[in-house]
Amino acid sequence: MRPFVLLAAAAALTVFGLAGCGEPEQVVFYEQGKYHGKPDQRPWENAPPAYGSAKWTKGDEASWEQEVKRRTLGQNEYVRIVH
Amino acid sequence: MARMKFLCDAERCIACNGCVTACKNENEVPWGVNRRRVVTVNDGVPGAEKSISVACMHCSDAPCIAVCPVDCMYHTEQGVVLHDKDLCIGCGYCFYACPFGAPQFPQEGAFGLRGKMDKCTFCAGGPEADGSQAEFEKYGRNRLAEGKLPLCAEMCSTKALLAGDGDVIADIFRQRVTVRGKGSEVWGWGTAYGPPKGGQKPAPERSKP
Repeated sequence: MRPFVLLAAAAALTVFGLAGCGEPEQVVFYEQGKYHGKPDQRPWENAPPAYGSAKWTKGDEASWEQEVKRRTLGQNEYVRIVH
Repeated sequence: MARMKFLCDAERCIACNGCVTACKNENEVPWGVNRRRVVTVNDGVPGAEKSISVACMHCSDAPCIAVCPVDCMYHTEQGVVLHDKDLCIGCGYCFYACPFGAPQFPQEGAFGLRGKMDKCTFCAGGPEADGSQAEFEKYGRNRLAEGKLPLCAEMCSTKALLAGDGDVIADIFRQRVTVRGKGSEVWGWGTAYGPPKGGQKPAPERSKP
């Protein structure tokens, strides 16, 4: 029984010891001048929120830009004043 | 293609710090970090005191992107300067390069170590899934993905702070200058881009009482 336990312990030690050899590369590879982070999602790839007045077609950049332009022009109180 | 910019009208800014508060609240900015702040010049001098709200100006040729040693910063298609906090090493080069002092560094750990850089995102989040909890915790709200503009500008009570496509907000500012007959020569395009060239005249000064 005892040799079996020793053998099992030695096998386990070997397995755990070798596990360290399988670690992936931990040094980041840099290419100078290029963004290295995760890719970002573009805002028009989202559907407009269910609440609020924002409306655009999901995936359509032009309609999203039109919506943002409408919102931007809302900051101009001259166009909001009714004479 | 929209190029997102901020524009602060010094003739209107009353230094209420509402934009600062709105930014902190909307993005749950960490203690000790101010993504936006109000700067006042000639404080207390009658007629000469001016205030502007300053944050990241999302430069088209951003020096922070140029100096970042780990290239964690990028331009979105709308010209917003964003960064990946998973790559940032908190070295502070971007802070030295930025002419506006936009990059901020929260203190982390028991010994006040400099944490990862934090700055205005134009309420555009960061490189995590739009609207996700991870994005909110790292970068704050993503209002652009909701078809909205940065809250600091949208809630500005005097509409001194404008945000949006550079061409559109320049048109709004130009209309103001034309209506009130002053502004551009004091603190606007004239200051930023030099004196008017031959044939052009600055907006007339309002007569003083």
